[in-house]
Amino acid sequence: MMTALLVARGLSRRHPRQDQWLLENVSLRLAAGECVAVAGATGAGKTLLLRALALLDPIETGEIFFLGRPAGAADVPAYRRAVTYLHQRPCLMAETVEAALRRPWGLTIHRQRPFPREEALALLGRLGRGETFLDQRGANLSGGEMQITALLRALLLSPRVLLLDEPTAALDPQTTATVESLLRNWRAEVPEERAILWVSHDAAQAERVADRLVHMDNGSIQEI
Amino acid sequence: MPQDYIALSPLQLGLAVLLVLISGAVSLLLQLGMERRLLVAAVRTVVQLLLIGFVLNWIFAPDQPWYVVILMIAVMTLIAGGAAVRRTERRYRGIWLDSLIAMWASSWIVGAAGLFGIIGVQQGDHAWYHPQYSIPLLGMILGNTLNGIALGLDRFGEEVTAKRDQIETLLALGATRWEAAREPIQNAVRTGMIPTINTMMVVGLVSLPGMMTGQILAGMAPGQAVRYQIVIMFIIAAGTALGTVGVVIFGYFHLFNARHQFLADRVWKKDE
Repeated sequence: MMTALLVARGLSRRHPRQDQWLLENVSLRLAAGECVAVAGATGAGKTLLLRALALLDPIETGEIFFLGRPAGAADVPAYRRAVTYLHQRPCLMAETVEAALRRPWGLTIHRQRPFPREEALALLGRLGRGETFLDQRGANLSGGEMQITALLRALLLSPRVLLLDEPTAALDPQTTATVESLLRNWRAEVPEERAILWVSHDAAQAERVADRLVHMDNGSIQEI
Repeated sequence: MPQDYIALSPLQLGLAVLLVLISGAVSLLLQLGMERRLLVAAVRTVVQLLLIGFVLNWIFAPDQPWYVVILMIAVMTLIAGGAAVRRTERRYRGIWLDSLIAMWASSWIVGAAGLFGIIGVQQGDHAWYHPQYSIPLLGMILGNTLNGIALGLDRFGEEVTAKRDQIETLLALGATRWEAAREPIQNAVRTGMIPTINTMMVVGLVSLPGMMTGQILAGMAPGQAVRYQIVIMFIIAAGTALGTVGVVIFGYFHLFNARHQFLADRVWKKDE
């Protein structure tokens, strides 16, 4: 069995104003090299699970371990550099695609490394986009192009675990296939170091991309 | 003390009411529908100012002990702290205390610096507790700081709500809470400072400040009145800056915790 990259035990989160559990006693194990798909109806808590794993929301109970150590105990930004959450509705935060890709490199946690422009171009090439795409204005991008840009931005930061929230929801079938293969290759490049947790509404996609399927219902995991 | 100004009689006040009636007539004539609000505002002006006149007359009575002045400015500070929050659209738990502390700390620190450090009140006729200095000075600082705090808080609430996606994307990409909140904080502080900076830009060109006009009307040499005004403007700017920055930072600490999480569900819209 591969080493566990990310382990969650008994995660629970209450609704801030109602007597209702948003996440209830969720446990999950993500091994190195693995891609686990999370399925479930709208409102089942899939996004909240990813957000909890990224430490974006406070949780009432439960523990998260990254490489055997409590997640973010010392340094939350460093944990999020390793375990990166990709929003369903990406926010580019810049005028052009290139500026959007460069934006995280101005943050303290990434500043010591140079922006890998060549790598960005190579990844863009695999997504069927040329160098001119970098000059595209954010306001002119389609929903799908924004998703591609956000995914690219996350990949360039070389995370260990990707928490993907419907990353291909706005893409056409052809680009979806390209993104799926891109992510399969990304994981296969260094399988002992990388893993993906993939929220998808599309049962066929979950079947295609994942080694394992997890089903969520009413804030808890039904089967593993 | 010789009187260097013309004392106003009730009849003269009555004449001023005619001016309000002119505004009311214009509203009626053009069907602006403002005459009711204008009437209420005019009545409030008269009642509030007459009341404060009585209070000030009492406070300005000779040999009033120092704590009366302290009590008076404490009440003024409390009212200002509350009024600032009432002007905001988005609220969070702790906002009232934040506003009060920011208002209190900024106006009293800057007021004390102005009174003791610059104007140089001493014992005797010019003691700090002589209401002639502390009450008008604090009043001016509070009035402007109230604007700064209200605008800053309101903008901060709007910014973090409107830019929630951006804040969370930055956090998810490894930003610290400070890096994620920096833009909303900067915009909020800038907004809070705009009225003060605008006033400083045009003072003397477009507007003659009320205090300076008042001092000249009361017989002070214009040169001296101008010096007082400059000192007051800078004191006001410092108070507004301190209060606005303070309250926005307090809000930041309430909405961004030490785990670098943005607690968006703690913000609600007024009347919700």
